[in-house]
Amino acid sequence: MSLAMSFQVNRAEFQLQVSLELPDQGVTALFGRSGSGKTTLLRCIAGLEQLPGGSLSFQGQVWQSADEFVPVHLRPIGYVFQEASLFPHLTIEQNLHYGFKRIRAAERRIGFDEVVELLSLQDYLTRYPDQLSGGQRQRVSIGRALLTSPRLLLMDEPMASLDATSKQEILPYLERLTEELQLPIIYVSHAVDEVMRLADYMVLLDQGQVQAQGPLQALLTDHQLPFARSEQAASLLKAQLVDTDAGDGLAGLQLEQQPLLISQTHLSPGRLSPITLGATVKVTIMARDVVLARQLPEAISLLNALLVRVVALDTDLDKSQVLVHLQLGEQALMARISKRSAGLLQLQPGQQVYALIKGVAVNS
Amino acid sequence: MALWITLKLALISTLALLLLCAPLAWWLAHTACRAKVLVEALVALPLVLPPTVMGFYLLVLLGPRGVVGGFLESVGIGHLAFSFTGLVIGSMLFSLPFVVQPLQNAFATAGGRVLEVAATLKASPFDRFVSIVLPLSRRGFLTAAVLSFAHSLGEFGMILMIGGNIPGRTQVASIAIYDHVEAMDYAAAHQLSIILVGASFILLLLVFALNRRFKVVSVV
Repeated sequence: MSLAMSFQVNRAEFQLQVSLELPDQGVTALFGRSGSGKTTLLRCIAGLEQLPGGSLSFQGQVWQSADEFVPVHLRPIGYVFQEASLFPHLTIEQNLHYGFKRIRAAERRIGFDEVVELLSLQDYLTRYPDQLSGGQRQRVSIGRALLTSPRLLLMDEPMASLDATSKQEILPYLERLTEELQLPIIYVSHAVDEVMRLADYMVLLDQGQVQAQGPLQALLTDHQLPFARSEQAASLLKAQLVDTDAGDGLAGLQLEQQPLLISQTHLSPGRLSPITLGATVKVTIMARDVVLARQLPEAISLLNALLVRVVALDTDLDKSQVLVHLQLGEQALMARISKRSAGLLQLQPGQQVYALIKGVAVNS
Repeated sequence: MALWITLKLALISTLALLLLCAPLAWWLAHTACRAKVLVEALVALPLVLPPTVMGFYLLVLLGPRGVVGGFLESVGIGHLAFSFTGLVIGSMLFSLPFVVQPLQNAFATAGGRVLEVAATLKASPFDRFVSIVLPLSRRGFLTAAVLSFAHSLGEFGMILMIGGNIPGRTQVASIAIYDHVEAMDYAAAHQLSIILVGASFILLLLVFALNRRFKVVSVV
């Protein structure tokens, strides 16, 4: 825990009351609606915004306090803006070099070729920004930020101004980035699917205040937060890949010592490099795709039956439905079933049941 | 001689204007201050005022009994009426809006987000100005320089007021032509006029040619 901050601003048009300690590893999502203060908070961390009375320190270094304010260009950060904002008078190569040549050679931990390779920028180097598509430009701006060898990468909705196709094009690169670089990232977003794919930790902001924070998995299944209560409620689980080809186009995962089969086409679609055997795979399972049974049924098309324990039942979200919180080893799974079924099964906390999931309903 | 003075006047006042107006234009482009409209209106004033009005006030101000001229006189420098320095000052005032406005537009587009990006890429404020603002606003500088230079070439009324008509010192080409016509020396008037027409045409031709290649000037 070593990005510590405190910002208190109370104006009629704008409020921010935040006191946070964030992990300095992995991807932390600042999540909230537009106007929740997430971008302002990110700009404060970068030093682009100077709120009086704020304090901020990163890994023991003070960036802002009552009598100190380290200006943006002296902070070891990389910042990716919502729009790529490349320098129009410079070629792609010159854009990439802009920050790279402004840091001392001894401080360069990421090489030029490495970044070009990581983001597949080889073909663009001699072109000008206006000759690139939106998605390509954003990739360049990510590379440009990485080339300053930042110790903290800040990203402000890097995909918000892109169309769906460009998004699908850039998401795999972000994924690769978070996996291959040992670089803490703070990622501002208002899109749940992006956060589920990229983040490990989440801060939920609303009207300038922290509503909740914690590991992403825990927040997604917290019954007091909007995620679990929505129609789109989904659980995020971590499994290991044990069999890339389990026959019939399926891949075999191991989830808390239990087997889970998943359609190969759903195994991290659009990835740039195949997942290696034994690697951790994040899978999402929609609560409404989970069926509960007290005994293991026979002759049924469902591929996966996981033995789980009932933790709690949420009966207050809908007239006809119940959200069942289940425990699967150390992880949490949710099932959304009808009130009638819950009654027929006589579900009780502590009870062991089978969670049945279609192989095609598991995404990663 | 009159041509040389004209050229010298246009060059010096253009260079001085570019240097002095850059900070002003930067301020106008980025300030949120309420006085901005006031300053903008003042800067645009030379566009609508008859040159003789400005020349008259300058003469009063810079002359031996004026506030500025009187002060300069008292410290031993001498007043500025009917001097080349006075001409430069008048000419600068006359061309002010032609320099400030293109620069202000250029700075407005060269500022903002790209400067924030440059800051996150480790560029100090001065570094940002040199590496981002100047290259991005070079078209604005070129526009301002060309407009100011061309405008100074054709000035008449104000120069007559502030500079008088002293051959070899403050007599510029446009006034020399007027003198020749007054003296019925049409041949001499023709000679000077055709040079001015040619020079102005070549200058504008250059501008439009550059314009086609680099989109230099959007308002002429």
